[in-house]
Amino acid sequence: MIEAHGLVKRYGSTMAVNDLSFSVRPGLVTGFLGPNGAGKTTTMRMILGLDAPTRGSVTVGGRSYRDLPAPMHEVGALLDARAVHGGRRARDHLLCLARSNGIARRRVDEVLRIVGLEDVARRRTKGFSLGMSQRLGIAAALLGDPAVLILDEPVNGLDPDGIHWVRTLMRGLAAEGRTVLVSSHLMSEMALTADHLLVIGKGRLIADTNVDEFTRSSSQQLVHVRSPQAADLAARGRAAGATVRAGTGPDVIEITGMDSAEVGRLAAAHGIALSELTPVKASLEEAFMELTRDSVEYQAAGVTR
Amino acid sequence: MTGAAIAPAGPDQRAAFRAATFADALRSEWIKLRSVRSTFWALTATVLLGIALGAVISAAAAHGYARSSASAKLSWDPAAVSLSGIGIATLAIAVLGVLFVSSEYSSGMIRTSLIAVPKRGRVLAAKSLVFAAATFVVGEATSFTAFFAGQALIAGHAPHAGIGDPGVARAVVGAGLALTALAVLSVAVGTVLRHPAAAIACMIAVLFVLPGIVQALPDSWRNPGTEFWPTQAGGQLATVHQAAHTLAPWPGFGVMCLFVAIVYAIAWMLLDRRDV
Repeated sequence: MIEAHGLVKRYGSTMAVNDLSFSVRPGLVTGFLGPNGAGKTTTMRMILGLDAPTRGSVTVGGRSYRDLPAPMHEVGALLDARAVHGGRRARDHLLCLARSNGIARRRVDEVLRIVGLEDVARRRTKGFSLGMSQRLGIAAALLGDPAVLILDEPVNGLDPDGIHWVRTLMRGLAAEGRTVLVSSHLMSEMALTADHLLVIGKGRLIADTNVDEFTRSSSQQLVHVRSPQAADLAARGRAAGATVRAGTGPDVIEITGMDSAEVGRLAAAHGIALSELTPVKASLEEAFMELTRDSVEYQAAGVTR
Repeated sequence: MTGAAIAPAGPDQRAAFRAATFADALRSEWIKLRSVRSTFWALTATVLLGIALGAVISAAAAHGYARSSASAKLSWDPAAVSLSGIGIATLAIAVLGVLFVSSEYSSGMIRTSLIAVPKRGRVLAAKSLVFAAATFVVGEATSFTAFFAGQALIAGHAPHAGIGDPGVARAVVGAGLALTALAVLSVAVGTVLRHPAAAIACMIAVLFVLPGIVQALPDSWRNPGTEFWPTQAGGQLATVHQAAHTLAPWPGFGVMCLFVAIVYAIAWMLLDRRDV
């Protein structure tokens, strides 16, 4: 359980995080979503006690991170996979972290096996690819068998096989009752992984919702219609309160504000023949773009410097 | 490369764990120190410079003894001569101490370290203690070897010192102690400055450049400068014959320790407050 109350982080005149309040619950994968520069990493750094909030507070399991008696057992974190000393062997890197929290050597070999790095355990990490570094970072996060996982863009640099693996891993961790917070700027990735979404833009919380609701509520459904009497249907649609746009051809229109069943009934009532009637569901990607675009516009007007 | 299961059990079934301790932090820092190659090279350089330079200087000084002036003969300090290589070896310890912290900043490892051990004072204390202990062991081994090698080379050409002579054992042990104080100083300076190049430049200035500049000043500035400059004052512990305008061995070492304590306190405060 992670709880943030009115988190604010200001760097000079830049508001990186602006009044964020949220809670991340156990048993779910919570996607932390936002365009680059939205404040995701800054928020994670505040959760982990690396950055002090300008205002507000954030706790993990009811305590501020810096007060946790056994940090790695309570929180496993991957912030920046490249944040390792390149001259150190992978196994020594994990061993020094394990030792700092009284974790046995045996667990180091175990996590190396889990992430599939046992063959390169004795290699110095400066020769690692980004994908290997990500795996090493995930191994470090798993060392303490933590109740909470905080992962910043964990699929970065992974091949499709690796992405699938991380996805399965995160779902498995959540299914075991752990709290999983994972950031991404890729909506498509979150659609496949997350149960719950925290969407931020320009440091502000835009949405705190589950994935289906997010797609449903944040974008209107569009109905794609092809008809020899398209112009007639368009007029009838507008009269009924829908928004109608011209489509790709003279006989194609796109209707929003009505679902496909309503369009079908409308056409039948007026004896209009339809040659095509397709509901187009907005993707999570589109929903996200729409939402963050709004936030950017709002911010541009609302931020005072 | 794909693994399967995650962890043996979910959070409800997780094995009992205990709070992390300072001893855990010490073990962690010890692994960090011994698992990078720069440690091996810097400590090797310390030993080689301390012993080899000490031997060369001892041999040269002993051969020049007969031709030296009466006053030079009066201040002849064979123990200090044999330990003089360690004065240069301090540079290797200073660089290693600075890198022990600042390489964590340049690589980003510091964030990983502080996530693992969020009690920052504990990280600094563990780093300082581990590096001080390693330096003490290497420093004492170097100074004892340099002393006996130096005296063997001096013997026959000039009066040499025995380990049982007054003040000699203290000087030999003292050379290692002064090096240990310097080790803590360099960890603290690395923590304050964070950038490897800046911190190394700072240590070179403190050790060699500024004392050199002080020598060029008029007496009224130079004498107190020589007397109280921390690294010079600390070095008095490694001498038997006390030159003019220098502090006695233990008070001199006290000045060095006080200086180290002040820089350490600044490092502690900055590390505790800064975002990383």
